[in-house]
Amino acid sequence: MLFSNKVVNILIPIISVLLGLLAGAIIMLFFGYNPVAGYAALWNGAFSDIYFFGETIRQVTPYILSGLAVAFALRTGLLNIGVEGQVFVGWLASVWVGVAFDLPMIIHLPMAVIAAALAGAFWGFIPGILKAKLGVHEVIVTIMMNYIALYISNAIVRNVITDGEDRTENIADSASLGADWIAQLTFFSRLHYGILIALFMAVVMWFILNKTTTGFELRSVGFNPHASNYSGMNVKKNIVLAMVISGAFAGLAGAMEGLGTFGYMNVKSGFTNIGFDGIAVALLGANTALGVVLAAFLFGTLKIGALNMPTEAGVPTELVEIVIALIIFFVASSYIIRWVFLRMKKEGK
Amino acid sequence: MDYVIEMLNIRKEFPGIVANDNITLQVEKGEIHALLGENGAGKSTLMNVLFGLYQPERGEIRVRGEKVNINNPNVANELGIGMVHQHFMLVDTFTVTENIILGSEPKKAGKVDIKKAEKEVQELSERYGLNVDPRAKIRDISVGMEQRVEILKTLYRGAEILIFDEPTAVLTPQEIKELIEIMKSLVKEGKSIILITHKLKEIMEVCDRCTVIRKGEGIGTVDVSETNPTELASLMVGREVNFSTEKTPATPKETYLSVQDLRVKDWRGVEMVKGLNLDVRAGEIVGLAGVDGNGQTELIEAITGLKKSESGSIKLHDKVITNLTPRKVTESGVSHIPQDRHKYGLVLDFPIGENMVLQSYYQEPFAKKGVMNFKNIYKKAQELIEEYDVRTPDAYTKARALSGGNQQKAIIGREVDRSPDLIIAAQPTRGLDVGAIEFIHKKLIEERDKGRAVLLLSFELDEIMNLSDRIAVMFDGQIIAEVKPEETNEQDLGLLMAGNKSQKAGEQ
Repeated sequence: MLFSNKVVNILIPIISVLLGLLAGAIIMLFFGYNPVAGYAALWNGAFSDIYFFGETIRQVTPYILSGLAVAFALRTGLLNIGVEGQVFVGWLASVWVGVAFDLPMIIHLPMAVIAAALAGAFWGFIPGILKAKLGVHEVIVTIMMNYIALYISNAIVRNVITDGEDRTENIADSASLGADWIAQLTFFSRLHYGILIALFMAVVMWFILNKTTTGFELRSVGFNPHASNYSGMNVKKNIVLAMVISGAFAGLAGAMEGLGTFGYMNVKSGFTNIGFDGIAVALLGANTALGVVLAAFLFGTLKIGALNMPTEAGVPTELVEIVIALIIFFVASSYIIRWVFLRMKKEGK
Repeated sequence: MDYVIEMLNIRKEFPGIVANDNITLQVEKGEIHALLGENGAGKSTLMNVLFGLYQPERGEIRVRGEKVNINNPNVANELGIGMVHQHFMLVDTFTVTENIILGSEPKKAGKVDIKKAEKEVQELSERYGLNVDPRAKIRDISVGMEQRVEILKTLYRGAEILIFDEPTAVLTPQEIKELIEIMKSLVKEGKSIILITHKLKEIMEVCDRCTVIRKGEGIGTVDVSETNPTELASLMVGREVNFSTEKTPATPKETYLSVQDLRVKDWRGVEMVKGLNLDVRAGEIVGLAGVDGNGQTELIEAITGLKKSESGSIKLHDKVITNLTPRKVTESGVSHIPQDRHKYGLVLDFPIGENMVLQSYYQEPFAKKGVMNFKNIYKKAQELIEEYDVRTPDAYTKARALSGGNQQKAIIGREVDRSPDLIIAAQPTRGLDVGAIEFIHKKLIEERDKGRAVLLLSFELDEIMNLSDRIAVMFDGQIIAEVKPEETNEQDLGLLMAGNKSQKAGEQ
C-alpha cells in the first residue's frame, strides 16, 4: 500500500493548509503584493522574537479549548454551535469570581477556573436537556443561547458587577493566570499559565473519549442511539453529559481570556469569534485531541502573524482571513484530495 | 460458443483480504445466468469489477469477444451493461420518466423534451410487459414498481446485459412472480441477464446456468437443468447442507419466562399487545408465529425493556422484570438478537471487536473503575470471532465493512456468550444464506440443549416449523393458539395466523 487510510487522514489537513497558503499567495500576487514578503512578515510576526511568540501561544490557548469543545460534541454526534456563548458565560463567571473575592491564590484561582467551567457546562446543559427530553435540535438552541449569553453578560457587567461601567475592575492577582516571570521573559506579552490548562484538557478529552466507559457510551450514542439504547446505555443522559462536558471546555476557553489575557470583562458589541473559530479548529484537527492542538497552533500563528503583515509587507490583515477561509474550504472539500490520492494509489500499482 | 460477457480468471484484492480469486464467468447471449454464493463470497465485488467500480488486479474482461478495459461505470454503460441495484437509486419527488432520463435527458431547443421521453418510456414498458405509468411519482408507487423503474433505466440507456443484484430481497411473493415473468420476457427479446442471488429456489425456476463462487474463489459453472438445490447448496458452502435442522426432542424443565396479561402500546398509542399470556421453559424453543404487525415487535420490546408496558407482568424465574431498563433486563440474564441488526444490533462505525462487548463493556475484565481495558476486549473479541466463524480481516475492522451474515454471527456470538437464561431471537436469519442459516439454527439448538429458554420470532414458516418445540401463534396482540410443530402443517398454521379461531378449536 502506497498510502494507508491513516496516512491519508493525516495528509489531508496538511495538504489543505498548503493549498490554502498557495491560494493566498496567488491572491496576493493578483492584487500586486509580494507573497514571499507577505508570508515572511507573517512568520516574523508570529515567531521572530519572544514577545510575538508569547502572543502567539496566548492566542493558541483559547483556540485549543474552544476547538476541544466543538470536537468533543462532534465525536458524540452533536453539533455544538453554542461554544461562543459558553465562552462568554465562562469568561463572565471567571471574572466575577476574580473580582468578587479576596482569597489565597491556591483557592481563588482554582475557584475562578472551575466557575468558568461550570458556567459553560450549564450553558451546554440547557440545549442538552432540551434535546434529550423534547427532541429540540441542539443547533437551533445553541445559536439562540449565543445571543442570550452575549446580552446577559453585557447586562451583568454593566448593572450587577459594576455600576453602569463598560468594564469590570481587574481581577485580583490571586485569581490571575498571568505570572511576572513569564511577562518579563516575553517582553511583557500577555502569555499566561493557561496554555498548560489547555494542553492538559486536550489530554483529558483524549482520555475520556478513548479510555473510559463514559467515552465509549458517548461515542456509541453519537454513532447509533438505537443500538446504544438496546445495549442498556442511557441515551438521554449521555446526550446531556456530552453537551455539559463540551460546554465546560468552552467555559474554560472563556476563563483563559478572563483570567489570563485580559484580566477583566468588558461590555461587548459582538461575538469574540473564539467559539466560532473553534468549529474551524475542530474541523481541521479532525476532531481528535492532538489534531485540535495542532490546528489551534496554526490558527493562533496565522492570527498573530497577520498583525505584522501590514507594517512589514504592506499586505492587509484581511488577507489572512482569506487564507484561513481557504484552508477551511480545502479541509471541507477533502473529498477532492481523497480522490486524488485514490487515483495515485491506482496508478501506483 | 458465443459469449456476450466473459470474465476470465479475475482477481481482486482489498487490504487484508482477497475478495475475488481466479473467478471465471461466461455468459451466453440470451440466457439468465445465476451468480451464486454466500453472503461475503465476493459476488458483489465481481459485479462491481464488471460494472467498472473496481479494477481487477488480474484477469481480463471480454464483451462480445473483444477485450475491454472497463475503468468506470460510463464505459460499462456504453458497452451495454446495466445494473439493477439492490438499493434503488431514485429521486422520490420525480416522476418515473424524470428518473429514467436523469443524466441522459433528450433535449429540444435547450429544454428537456419530456413528451418524447414519456413516449419512449411507455413504449419500453409495453414491450417488456413492465406496466409502469411514466407519469407517476416515485413516492406514490410500490417497491416492486420502483424496481421496474430501475430496470427501465438500464433499458433506456440501451443495456443488452442486465445485472440484477439480489432483486427479490425486497419483494413480496406476488411481486417475485411478476419479476420472474419480466426477466423471461427480457431474455426473449434477446437481452442477457446475470442474476446475483443466494436463493436456490429462484435459480431453479428461471436460470439456465449457474456460476458458483465460494469464499472469493470460482467453483465452477453448472447447467441448472442438470442439478438440484441440494447440489447447488453444497457447491456454495463447500459441504453437505441440511435443509431441515436435526435435533433431538426437547426436555423442557421449569418455566423461565412467564408473561401474564401483558398490554403494550406502540409509539402511536395504539394497543398492540392485548392481555397476552406466554410461558417459555428452560430447554425449549418456543416459536412465535404470526403475520407481521400483530404485536410481536411490541411484545419483544416490552420483555427486553425497550418499551414500557401498560399493565400485566413479565417474570424471569420468579423475578419481576416488568418495565426494568434494558440494562437491568440484560443483567437479569436475557439476551436479545434484534430484528434490525443495523439499527439495534451493532454500532456500525465501531470496530467489530468493540461491538462484541456492547452490553458488557463496563464490567470486569473489560473495564475497571470506569477505565476500559481494550486488551481484554479484543482478546475476547478474537475468541468469539474464531468460535462463531465471523469472517473479518481482523477485530479492528469496522462492523460496517462486514457482510450481513458475518455481522449476524457476531451478534449471535455476543448474545450467546453471555450465558443468558433466556435468548430472544427475532428473525435471526433474515437475509442470510443457507450456510449462515444452518450455523445459526445449530447454535440456537445447542443453547436449548444447554437448558436455556429460547423465544424465536420469525416470519418464515419453514424456520418456525424446523426449530420450534412449541409454536405460539400470535394474532391481534394475543396468543390465540399453541401447537406442536409435528402436529400441524403450514396450511393450518397459515389459517391460525390469519386469526381463524375455529381452527384453534380444532387443534386443541
